[in-house]
Parts: sequence; structure tokens; C-alpha cells
Amino acid sequence: MKAGVVTFPGSNCDYDVYNVLDNIFNFDTDMIWHKDKTLDDYDLIVLPGGFSYGDYLRSGAIARFADIMEPVIDFANNGGIVLGICNGFQILLESNLLPGAMKVNDNLKFVCKNVKLEVINNLTPFTNQYDNNEIIDMPVAHGEGNYYIDEKGLKKLKKNNQIVLRYKDESENPNGSLNNIAGICNIEGNVFGLMPHPERCSEEIIAPNNNDGYRMFASIIDEITNRGDKIAR
Amino acid sequence: MKLQIEVIKLPDKPWEKEGLTENEYEMIIKLLDRKPTETELGIFGVMWSEHCSYKNSKLVLKTLPTTGQCVLQGPGENAGIIDIGDNDAVSFKIESHNHPSAVEPFQGAATGVGGIIRDIFTMGARPIATLNSLRFGNLDNDRVKYLFKGVVSGISSYGNSIGIPTVGGEIFFDDAYEGNPLVNVMSVGILDHKDIATATASGVGNSVMVVGAATGRDGIQGASFASDELTEDSDEDRPAVQVGDPFMEKLLLEASLELIKSDSIIGIQDMGAAGLTSSSAEMASRGNSGIEIDISKVPTREANMTSYEIMLSESQERMLVVPKKGKEETVEKIFSKWGLHAEVVGKVTDDGMLRILNNGNTVAEISAKLLADEAPEYKRESKKPKYVDEINEIKASNIRSNDFNEDLLNLVSSPTIASKKWVYEQYDHMVMTNTVVGPGSDAAVVRIKQKDKALALTTDNNGKYCYLDPQKGGSIAVAEAARNIVCSGGTPMAITDGLNFGNPMDPEIYWQFENCVKGISKACKVLDTPVIGGNVSFYNENPKGAVYPTPIIGMVGLLDSIDERLTMDFKDEGDYIFLVGETKEELGASEYLKVNEGKVDGKVPSIDLDLEKRVQKTVYTANKNKLIKSAHDCSEGGLAVALAESTFKYNIGVKIDVGINTSNKALLFGESQSRIVVSLDKKSVNEFKEIAKANNVSIKKLGITQKNRYEFNNLINLEIKELKMRWETAIEKKLQ
Repeated sequence: MKAGVVTFPGSNCDYDVYNVLDNIFNFDTDMIWHKDKTLDDYDLIVLPGGFSYGDYLRSGAIARFADIMEPVIDFANNGGIVLGICNGFQILLESNLLPGAMKVNDNLKFVCKNVKLEVINNLTPFTNQYDNNEIIDMPVAHGEGNYYIDEKGLKKLKKNNQIVLRYKDESENPNGSLNNIAGICNIEGNVFGLMPHPERCSEEIIAPNNNDGYRMFASIIDEITNRGDKIAR
Repeated sequence: MKLQIEVIKLPDKPWEKEGLTENEYEMIIKLLDRKPTETELGIFGVMWSEHCSYKNSKLVLKTLPTTGQCVLQGPGENAGIIDIGDNDAVSFKIESHNHPSAVEPFQGAATGVGGIIRDIFTMGARPIATLNSLRFGNLDNDRVKYLFKGVVSGISSYGNSIGIPTVGGEIFFDDAYEGNPLVNVMSVGILDHKDIATATASGVGNSVMVVGAATGRDGIQGASFASDELTEDSDEDRPAVQVGDPFMEKLLLEASLELIKSDSIIGIQDMGAAGLTSSSAEMASRGNSGIEIDISKVPTREANMTSYEIMLSESQERMLVVPKKGKEETVEKIFSKWGLHAEVVGKVTDDGMLRILNNGNTVAEISAKLLADEAPEYKRESKKPKYVDEINEIKASNIRSNDFNEDLLNLVSSPTIASKKWVYEQYDHMVMTNTVVGPGSDAAVVRIKQKDKALALTTDNNGKYCYLDPQKGGSIAVAEAARNIVCSGGTPMAITDGLNFGNPMDPEIYWQFENCVKGISKACKVLDTPVIGGNVSFYNENPKGAVYPTPIIGMVGLLDSIDERLTMDFKDEGDYIFLVGETKEELGASEYLKVNEGKVDGKVPSIDLDLEKRVQKTVYTANKNKLIKSAHDCSEGGLAVALAESTFKYNIGVKIDVGINTSNKALLFGESQSRIVVSLDKKSVNEFKEIAKANNVSIKKLGITQKNRYEFNNLINLEIKELKMRWETAIEKKLQ
């Protein structure tokens, strides 16, 4: 069993995710270079946070054209588990692996702080260690996290139970995202993107009394270990 | 020697354009034994600017203690390095970007971050934290609001993108900084001893390479611009401000660290102030070599750049590299992996000359040592300013007050003391997942992954103190920085100093400078924290006058174990609160005086460095023995504010019941030095008392922690919630 974390030029949370998988979970993890044209046999691909290609043009807009994205898209379409965190979420949107788009935060400022989230769907490979409607705590750090989708798209998201995480309420919503959306998955449930950073609350030392990020990685590893490559929803 | 005379004829007083004096111009002619070309004069202009040569400060800076057991690299390289055991080392430095930020706050601050980060990774260290020390005018002023917002968003934009957490710093607001804000950025990196890189060029015939971004027309003569006063016309100097590209720098960072680890280079130097000129002259000079560069080989962003422009451009995100013989390809390979240029532009020679060719024609030829090390050194005239002798004594009765509740609320909502949450929530302070104690604390604490030890980081200075009494102010800045490190559980190790002053040609400014340095020097010796590098920024003036003398102290401390970290926050109800150190009748220079009377006046609080050391040792030892649960130093706003700040995080209040031997005002708001508030469990009290006694330090029980309320004798009685709300929202309200 093996995970891969993709490094794009400008990724800066790649080693943070690697650290959690490799050092905290002892999960065999590779760093994957953006110029690679093929993927080895992985059970999990993570697109990490950062400012891929400087976030120039639009966050994630250039990264989707990186060589590595073709095999990542194939991997996702074949049911592989893909986690996109922050900039990784933006890349998933730009690659059409997830629906919707990201706008600049409504107060036009970068925001870095802890926010409260509500778990909306705990039947995904990413959230099976949480209760539904559980309130959890996670840090955000972004300037473009204002998720948007048209009305039809939103209906579809709701109908298919694709909204996985919401900011607890308006006051906890740091960016003005539609419907307080913080994280969504695809219909099949194997691709998940979220703005908050689970890797920043996976260790007691940097996030006292907060294992909410740890449980997200634990969910994924549980899924991989116990259910093989079958995606249960 | 054949020198191609450039088309442009030199003007009548050619030295003026380059920021040189007539004397210096004549000196150059004598040293060269001929008249300089335009390019040469430009090169002298930047290399002999204060910014590059420290010509007005060097003689004074030499009096600072720069050696110590932990020092691996002192001043003179891109950044200093200290040893933290187990072959681990820490490189850190502070640098100013004041003038660029005054005319273009966003880019000025952003490139300030970029510049200092480059200094750190040039040493072979991976930058792991950034701090910034900022000074602005009164936040009620619209221009100040614009500068403040611009600087914060510039720091945020660059620091967040490059992925290095901004973990701490401090901000003061005072009219003295109006029009000339101070933007000082400190970067901290870690490295293995074996990866220490130097900025040396040696080995005749070795290649000289320019790597990173292409060269453009931005920031030309930035170093000279930084070495002059700001005037009403300074807005026209906006082209002297560089434009930053954090994405490019992130690539350069990764490529440079990979290159240094590949063991294929002799030297590497960041191109900061004075770009290609200073990097080549300094590298050659350090290696006792010469360097020959053909500027037609330098990748440029624009066509038809003159040799003058290429040599003096301060385009960001560039480095000069001297590879080992035959390793040019390795350099190119590593840089091309990261999508960056790496071009051979010249070679190392043995004649000690910096020789600039343009398509084979020599356009400049000057001894590298002459440029890098032999700039004139001036001991400027120094005179005690009159205002120093006219300082009034401030008594309690001189400060009007109706109600101490109101006084405390006003103090915690004064922008200097108020929460800086509005600022640090725009900084990514968590990326790299090492931030154990983040912004808003006495010192930030960052872990070192896979190790038990950690670093404590802080910047400190009180400009009012340095204005009223430069020597004491200089000492207090160091003492407070060390106190902050100890309050976070660390041992103070070493400092970097960011010295911000007015025009050194003014004898009174020079006097301030000399005395601040004297004070810093004294404190560093007693507290055993050598100066491993720093930065001098003169000419911080606006049309109304000079800024307060503001020598910012950036200090690094070491925690043997991350478990020894300490924070300011009260943790549990019913804990005992003690004050370590003594409160005196000292209201001079206080924030209380400024907030209530609008005055900056009075005697600066006394500082006994030996006592300071013992106070710090008491708290350090008590923490090592796991006796104390919180520690917070008393600084701006005095004891009453220190207590308030400790209540906020967990909403745990205080019930203070303490006898007094000063006025109530001095007890609450006086800023006596060498004081630390600690909280501890009742059962630890006896052991704690013994430690204080062994260190000959007086301690006093102030009271206990309690639920929700802030009560101080019968003087103050407030709900924590109200106090916190005022503290937390003050800056945001000012900006609305």
C-alpha cells in the first residue's frame, strides 16, 4: 500500500502532508514530481496546498496542464482515491474532477485561522471516522476559497450527497463560499477537495486537543486497508 | 588599459547622481589614477553607499560583541550562523526595507521579505520562519492606514506564497514614523553544519554564473535611494523599488538548496542591494580573487539595457554562483529542473579586479577590494541633542485619570498594545507545520521535526525609550528580547540587529546611533547574546524630521526540549500569581503617559542588567523544574496590561490583592524593567521561592486566578469578555 504526494512548482504543503502520512501514520509515501508522465501503483494521491505556478492567472489554472495531471485524472476515473487540499482542491476544480469554481475571498484578504466545520457526509473514504453533523476544528489558509457553483449544480451536489464539509455557520465561513461549503466529493465519492488543512491538525504538538485532521487521514487509511480498492458509499 | 568611453558624456557634477560627495569623487580619481566611466561611477555610487558599505556606521558597529561559544559565522557573510548542538545550526538575520515601503508599501514590504529569505538560503539553510517588526505613524491618519494595509498585504502575499510561516514580530504606532514607516523582516533557517555555504569566489578560471530570474530595469540604484532622506518628491523614485515574484523565489530556494547539497559549488551569493555589482565585488574580495563578467551574457528581460543598468539593476530572485571546476552542467541541470536560468557570464581571475566587459569591450575595471572593503569609513560628528536635557520628570500626579477601569480599557485598545490579530490572520503562520506557539505570544516557538529541541524567536524595541535615552533604550531592547525568550522556555542564544535611524550627517542623530549601539553592546555582553549580523538603515526621515532611533533586536533562543515551552496564558483557576522583580515609581516614557496625556517624555525606566540576568535565571530554572504554568514579561502598559494579556486565551481572570509601595498608577501602568508575571500551582510555591532566593531576586505574590473577572485591589474590576473585546477589535475598528 502506498500514497503519493504531488509536488508542483510552488506547492508548499507537500512535505507537511508527507510528514503526516510517513511519520505519523508510518504509511509508505512517495513524493511525485509534476513532470512525471505516469503513475506507479498507488492507493492514494494527494494534491497538496500551496501556490502552484504562483497561482498566476487563477489558482490551479496552470497546474491542471502539468504532465502529472493526465495520469492523476485517469487514476481518479478508475476509482483511485484522490485528496485535494486547499490549492489541491482548486486544481481538482480546474481539472473538472470536481464541479464548481473558486473565487477570491469575499473580503479580498488572505485568511489563516482555525474554523469550525460540520461533517455533512461521513460515508466517504475521507470522513468515515467522524459522526454526521459532528462539529470539528481545522485551520484554513487561503486567499481564494470562496466556492461557487450555479443553482443547478448545487442541487445536484445536495441530491448526490456530495457536500462533505460545511463551515459551521456564516460566522465561521472565512471566505463567503456558497452554502458554507468547505469540501465536496465527486459523485462516486473517491475524489475529495477541501479548503481546510487536515495536515495542520494531525499532531498534538502543533494542534493541542485537536485530532480532527488526524481522523481524516485515518479514514483514508482505514478505507485503503479494510476495503481494498472498492469504493463504498 | 583600454576603456571604451561610453556615449553619454558625464554631467558637470557626476558624483551627485550617484549619491557620492565631491571628496569621494576625487578620492576615486586618485585611487583609479584616472576619471571613472559612467558605469564605474555608478558602481562606486552603490558600493560606497551606506546601504552597502556601512561607511558611516562601521566604526561604531565594530564595538559590538560578535563572538561567543555558539557563533559559527559572525557578521560579514549574507547571514550569521549559530550552533545548536548535534551538528544542527541556525542562520538568521534581520533587514530593513523602509524607503521602498514608504513609496510603494506592497512591493516594498514584499521584496523586503524576499530579500532576507534569500540571505538565509544562500547560507545553505532552509528558512523555517519569518518575523517582522513594523513601525507606522498614527493609525487615525489616512495615508498611514494606506501604508499599514499595503505593507501587511505585501508581507502576506510574498510570505504566504513562498510557504514560510510568518510566526511573530511586533508593531508600534507613533507620529514619529509618519511618512517613513519602518519595515524590518527577520528570517530564520536551519541547516546541518556540513551544508554551510559561503559567498566566496576563488580558483582562477572557475566559471561565474548568474542563476534565477532575468535582469530587468527595476530597482536601479535602489541602494543609493535607500541611502538618502525621503522628500516630498520621493514618490517619483518608485522605479527604484523592486518588484517581487515569490513564485520565482520559491523555485530559486529549492534549486539553491539542492545545488548546495550537491557539493558542486565554491561559493554562492544573493543579488540584493546593488545587484550584480555588489555580489561580484564582494565574492571576489572575500576570495582574494578577481572576477571578469561579460554583461552581454547576462539574461535580460528587456532589450537594449546598458551596462550601467545591468550592473545596477536590483531585479529580485537572482544569485551569483561559482561552481567547482567542471560542475557548470550540474548547476544548469538542477536549475533547469526548477525551470530557471543558469548562465555562465564570466570567470574568476587572479588579478583582484572586478572587470566588466560588454561584448568584449571593457566598460569598467576596478579593484574588487576597493569596492567591497575599502570604502571610506567616517566617524561622524556627534552631539548630545538638547531635548535630552530638557526631559521632564513624570510624577503620578502629572497623568490625569478618572477611572482605572477606563484607563486599562484605553490602554488595551491603543493600537500599539491591542491585539494584532487583524494582521497575523493574513499571514500563513502555520505552513511547514512547525509552529508550536504562534503570533501574539512573547516569543514564537517552532519545533524542529524529528528532534526534541525547538527554537524561540522574537523581535523587540521600544522607540520611545531609545529617543528619550538611547543607551538605556538599546540595553532594554536586548533585555526585553531575552526576557521574551525565557518566558517562552528558551535560553537566549544570539541576536541580529536592525538599526534604524535618521540622517547620520546630523550630529544629534549620530549621537543617538552611537549611544543605542553602546547600550546594545553592554546588554549583549552581560546576557551573553552576541551579535551575529544585522543591518543599518539611516536617512529615515520625513520632511518633519527623523524617526525615533529604533534599533530592533531579533533574538533566537533554544529550547532543549519542546516540552519546556511556556506561554503567557493563565491555565487554571485558583493558581497563584507571582511577580518576579520589582516595581518602582517609574511612569516616564510609558504608554500610559502617551495614551492619557499624548506625551512622550520622562525618564526611561532603569535597567540593571545583572538583576535582569538573575530574574531571567529564576524563571528559566523554575520552568526547567516544571514549577510554573505561565510566564509573561511586563512591557508596554505595565503590570495591569501584562495580567490582562494572560487572561484572554482561556478566559481565566485574576483576583489581585497586593500591598503597594508606589503610587497606584505606577503599580498598574508603570513600565519598570526586569519583571515577569508567573502563575503556578499552590504546591509549587515553596520550591519556587527557594529558586528566587538562590538567585537573590525578590518575588511577590499578587493574587490568584479566578473565573471571568479581572479584579485588581479595589482599583480595577472588569469582565474579561469586555476587556478582550476592546483589545481584539481595536485595530480593525480604526481601519473601518
